[in-house]
Amino acid sequence: MSEIYQLSLFELVNKIKSKEISCEEATKSYVERSSKSKKLNCYVEETFDIALKKAKDLDQSFNPDKKLFGAPIAVKDLFCTNGVQTTASSKMLKGFKPQYESTVTEKLWNEGANLLGKLNCDEYAMGSSNETSYFGNVINPYRNDEELVPGGSSGGCSSSVAANLTSATVGTDTGGSIRQPASFTGIVGLKPTYGRCSRWGIVAFASSLDQAGPMTKDVKDSALMMEVISGHDEKDSTSAKKNVEPFSSKLTKDIKGLKIGIPKEYKVDGMPKEILDLWDKGIEISKSLGCEIKEISLPHTKYALPAYYIIAPAEASSNLARYDGVKYGFRAEGKDLIEMYENTRAQGFGDEVKRRILIGTYVLSSGYYDAYYLKALKVRRLIKNDFDEAFKEVDTILTPTTPSSAFAIGKNDDDPISMYLNDVFTVPVNLAGLPAISFPAGYDQKNLPLGLQLIGKSFDEQTILNNAYAIEQNINFKPNYKDWWI
Amino acid sequence: MSITKDTVKKISKLSRIASNEKFEENMIKDLNSILKFVEQLNEVNIDNVEPLASTVNQELIKREDEVKVVNKKKDILINSPSENEDFYVVPKVIE
Repeated sequence: MSEIYQLSLFELVNKIKSKEISCEEATKSYVERSSKSKKLNCYVEETFDIALKKAKDLDQSFNPDKKLFGAPIAVKDLFCTNGVQTTASSKMLKGFKPQYESTVTEKLWNEGANLLGKLNCDEYAMGSSNETSYFGNVINPYRNDEELVPGGSSGGCSSSVAANLTSATVGTDTGGSIRQPASFTGIVGLKPTYGRCSRWGIVAFASSLDQAGPMTKDVKDSALMMEVISGHDEKDSTSAKKNVEPFSSKLTKDIKGLKIGIPKEYKVDGMPKEILDLWDKGIEISKSLGCEIKEISLPHTKYALPAYYIIAPAEASSNLARYDGVKYGFRAEGKDLIEMYENTRAQGFGDEVKRRILIGTYVLSSGYYDAYYLKALKVRRLIKNDFDEAFKEVDTILTPTTPSSAFAIGKNDDDPISMYLNDVFTVPVNLAGLPAISFPAGYDQKNLPLGLQLIGKSFDEQTILNNAYAIEQNINFKPNYKDWWI
Repeated sequence: MSITKDTVKKISKLSRIASNEKFEENMIKDLNSILKFVEQLNEVNIDNVEPLASTVNQELIKREDEVKVVNKKKDILINSPSENEDFYVVPKVIE
């Protein structure tokens, strides 16, 4: 190990606690690396100077009881950070400085973490490639002949964890926005059970689906971050009254006897052979660890994506009604109040956001509500029922995370549907409110990382963490990119 | 069902997003392709299925009805796009 930034979060925090490394040294290492990596376009806002100063303060008030003591952490620019610009990567919120802190990030700082800055994402978390950001797309540290997307919407998060620009991060996942970018960049991303982490202070996209979660270098780091960010919050009425579990100390690779389901409907037409091979590899490893593999059926899988593209835009059209140019953010002029609203929203939102607001407005409008929105909610029930049935027989469900590895920038620009298909394996989980983790499982022929996804029972993050941990130890995935951007 | 130029105009108006010729042209194509995609749901039998709007499986949590005095006017107005320190200012709404 030659550089501090190469350590896992867990290793880093332990070395800080044993005074082998100071908080200042840790912060400097990440700040220097981040400063040299501007080409990846991960940061929307850098708070490096504040971070370096805070690191000195942390060294003065040394406290090894804190779970993330001294860890430099940048977060997705969807979390409100007190006094630090929060934009959701939209022109609409350019210059917006929240005067309060989101619950999830507050928990990070309470455990001694140190804010490095705010990370780029798709505008309002709407996208699967980070190309809808007002601040330009993020670049994946993995590349072949051309530059590749880091996935989305948490693309700044995935790229910065993979490229060692932050020790770990928190993203948000509405239809796959943590897991798909994690898969594209060879890192671990966990979407917790809906209600496990507070949504308070997170810029809302689709409130019945949005959930914050950790994106980390390995599974153990994911467990540690989960321990910190979970928990009931009275400021979020949908947050669950569940105890915070010691996920990292309960982490075990002994998964003998675990029943793992393989849903036959996830073997979609045209899936690349290398993804099928990788899936088989996950199955074989699980067998060798003493797990029982069972084929299961989730018959309504095919309808998850269409249901999602009614429900998520419907909720978004309502949530984004608040951006009117009056209270905060961008304002365009108009001859009267209505024209000011309309011009503000026409100039402040990008195309993908407008598409979703329009679709959402359409499916909720008089005469179409039953045919689209209500129908989608009924299909959502069927999708959840599928999982409920399956989980009577199995403990976890193993699938690929994505139908392909990272693609070239601009490749899916012409057709919104081809972009939406990226989330075919991740969306059902959000509709059912379940936890799921994506972890790197290998490389394809282009030498690009691919992830596997484990879906768990409601509030059983521990089992998917254990299952992923056991397979991870066996696969021993190592990042293989070169620092070509430095 | 398909989306026409008039539909785009109408839902743009409902969404308070200013629209123009070019915007409408682009949106007709994209929105119809999305609608065609989501209409796969017509294949599903949803007779006697209850809609599921949220996966939260707990009663709404009640709290004590306590008065909390919060005066954050100054903090809140920091982000106002208008320059006035005491109020939000918008274009005139009454003659």
